[in-house]
Amino acid sequence: MIPATVASLSESMAAQDYVLSEGLAVSLFLALRQSRPLFLEGEAGVGKTEVAKTLAALLDRRLIRLQCYEGLDINAAAYEWNYARQMMQIQSAGQGKLESADLFTEDNLIERPLLEALREDARGAPVLLIDELDRADEAFEAYLLEILSDWQITIPEFGTVAAATPPIVIVTSNRTREIHDALKRRCFYHWVDYPSLDDELDILQRKAPEAGPELSQQVVRFVHRLRDMKLFKAPGVAETIDWAHALVELDCLAVDPATADSTMGVLLKYQDDISRIRGTEAARILAQVQTEILG
Amino acid sequence: MTDTVPHITSPFSKPANDNSRMANPPAGAGAPPSGVPSADGTLRGKKLPENVTHFVRILRRSGLQVGPATLIDCVAAVRQIDLGNRSEFYHALACCIVKRPEDRLVFDQAFDIFWRNPKTLERMRDLMLPTMRRETEEDEPEDPMLRRVDEAVRPPDDDYNDNQSGEEIKFDSVLTASQTERYQEMDFQMMSALEVSEAEKAIDRLVLPIPQRPSRRAIPKHGSGQMSLKRTLRRMARQAGLPIPVFEQQQTKPRPVVVICDISGSMERYSRMLLRFTHALTQRRGRVHSFLFGTQLTHISHEMRDRDPDAAMQAISSYVKDWSGGTRITSAIADFNMNWSRRVLGQGAVVLLITDGLDRDPDGALAHEMDRLRKSCHRLIWLNPLLRFDGFEPKSEGVQKILPHVDSFVPIHSLASIGQLADILSASMNSGWRDKSMAGWMDRLYDIQHEASMLNTDISQTGAPRPGSLNPEGSA
Repeated sequence: MIPATVASLSESMAAQDYVLSEGLAVSLFLALRQSRPLFLEGEAGVGKTEVAKTLAALLDRRLIRLQCYEGLDINAAAYEWNYARQMMQIQSAGQGKLESADLFTEDNLIERPLLEALREDARGAPVLLIDELDRADEAFEAYLLEILSDWQITIPEFGTVAAATPPIVIVTSNRTREIHDALKRRCFYHWVDYPSLDDELDILQRKAPEAGPELSQQVVRFVHRLRDMKLFKAPGVAETIDWAHALVELDCLAVDPATADSTMGVLLKYQDDISRIRGTEAARILAQVQTEILG
Repeated sequence: MTDTVPHITSPFSKPANDNSRMANPPAGAGAPPSGVPSADGTLRGKKLPENVTHFVRILRRSGLQVGPATLIDCVAAVRQIDLGNRSEFYHALACCIVKRPEDRLVFDQAFDIFWRNPKTLERMRDLMLPTMRRETEEDEPEDPMLRRVDEAVRPPDDDYNDNQSGEEIKFDSVLTASQTERYQEMDFQMMSALEVSEAEKAIDRLVLPIPQRPSRRAIPKHGSGQMSLKRTLRRMARQAGLPIPVFEQQQTKPRPVVVICDISGSMERYSRMLLRFTHALTQRRGRVHSFLFGTQLTHISHEMRDRDPDAAMQAISSYVKDWSGGTRITSAIADFNMNWSRRVLGQGAVVLLITDGLDRDPDGALAHEMDRLRKSCHRLIWLNPLLRFDGFEPKSEGVQKILPHVDSFVPIHSLASIGQLADILSASMNSGWRDKSMAGWMDRLYDIQHEASMLNTDISQTGAPRPGSLNPEGSA
């Protein structure tokens, strides 16, 4: 089920239209082989979340996604008791006839993503995506430690729920704050960088095949030059794909300065960056790209 | 996960003689694990774990945090991959060891040298890192750590205190004792060496309030507050359906604090004291990020975490390269905005910018960078030691560019002014809050700029009045 070599993992991910860089391929392979969580950090839009989605599709596993946000607590992330149901049980049983063991049962437990991920699944252990962990409070990281190292959740009223087979865990972070070392230590770590020129061309041809080879060349080379320019927010792969789609939508066969200017908002999301690039700078980069392609 | 456990014994089976804890392998680890390619595995298993152990040790001494668990990971990881492929081997070790992008550089260099010839690296390290001598040179008298230990061991010497200071100096956290009044108001720049060290100790003992912000979480509260349906139901379930309301209150959590401190020549005496202050702040709570700048920005949060203030200061002074040089505020702030703001300014951070505002940067984008900085943090507080002069006027170009973009502008030249800062930090920080005194500063800034522009027009247009210029009554 799980690919036996790094190369075969890369191939099957590519068959699902996800192009793995070599570093990511090895990290992912090891995480799968050794049942360890994989911690992916990197700029927004480099395809961190996509790894988990593609992996779930590839292995035909269920994808359980936990989107982190500030204030995320155990009730929303792991489990909650069904109080309404418990109330009804109390009411119907009458005074003094119920023990707490009768109330805190499996039936009264509402499962949230983390607990769900530990449950047996007919298709095999699910893929658990803990997305944008940097948005959650630090307290939540500590709660994850038990799950990520022992694959179990302790519920005080009920007992410990342990996974028969550990889920495949992908944790992502945009690095808006540092995640504690204790959590990183339990994971394999990979910093997801922007892809190389060839990889990105490959990605674009898979994700936006309607853009012809010349347009793709122009788009990718233009974006690569932008990334070298020390912008406040360099465009990610997602932006590259969006831009290609936008250009196709506008019936462009090749990027000209005027179109580049009018669609700059697809690539760059900060006004400072846009005003810096728009106009002469964009025309200059386009000219460079053109000579690069021809030469 | 059960797969990784049996690997534990193999990397340690050889060096175990110097480590008795490892002599007892976990139960069931005696038999070779099924997951490892047996014939191949035993062949390469002889030398490889030893080399990986060696490699990890070298990384550890180069400052990377690599624990024994990571070592076990590494050995287990390299057994899973194709060892003939050097790049796969590299990435396998990297994903176990490198836990932050900054460590990558050290790892890369070490990897490159070590896996070519392990002996080379060791020899190079011995040559290049004088700190490695620490193990043997225990009698080095200049090390402040040792001086502190020495002081701690020696009984208090009464004569020394009497002769040197003439009075018993008692500092408490609030710093109100009358004997300390002298120190309270004294300018750091005017202090003698002894007074400096006393003031430093006072700063170490400061209890600074950390600004709080509302959290999304709630905690139960007795008496009144908002009724929590969830908690009430939970209690009802426990009490056989007896409906007793439970109240809750929104929790607060500390805001991150970011200190950006100028260490250029003009700030020399103050920066020393303010580093001490930053250290006290860092020790109080984890999420304080500190940066120094002279001609370039340096991140020093890690060094600041050392509990011992002297050791922390020494680590910083050997790490930072641009002490007491020129100032390039604009490029430092630009660097911060570009590379750090998104990592450390999340969750409503409060920024303390410590500088005299005397910029030597030829580039004029300071106002722009300050604007961006203010927009990305919750509160921007400017601490300026020059403010101690009563007649301070925002006349220099740097000051004029920074001032419009800060929320508070306060002096920082004495212990008393550090105390004032405590008030500002603990003041309620609702959004839109700006220090009241800022209005006065803006008026003065306007007047000065207006005068200057009038002067310019006088010269260039021989007294012709400037059209359209607003002219409110000067309030300074």
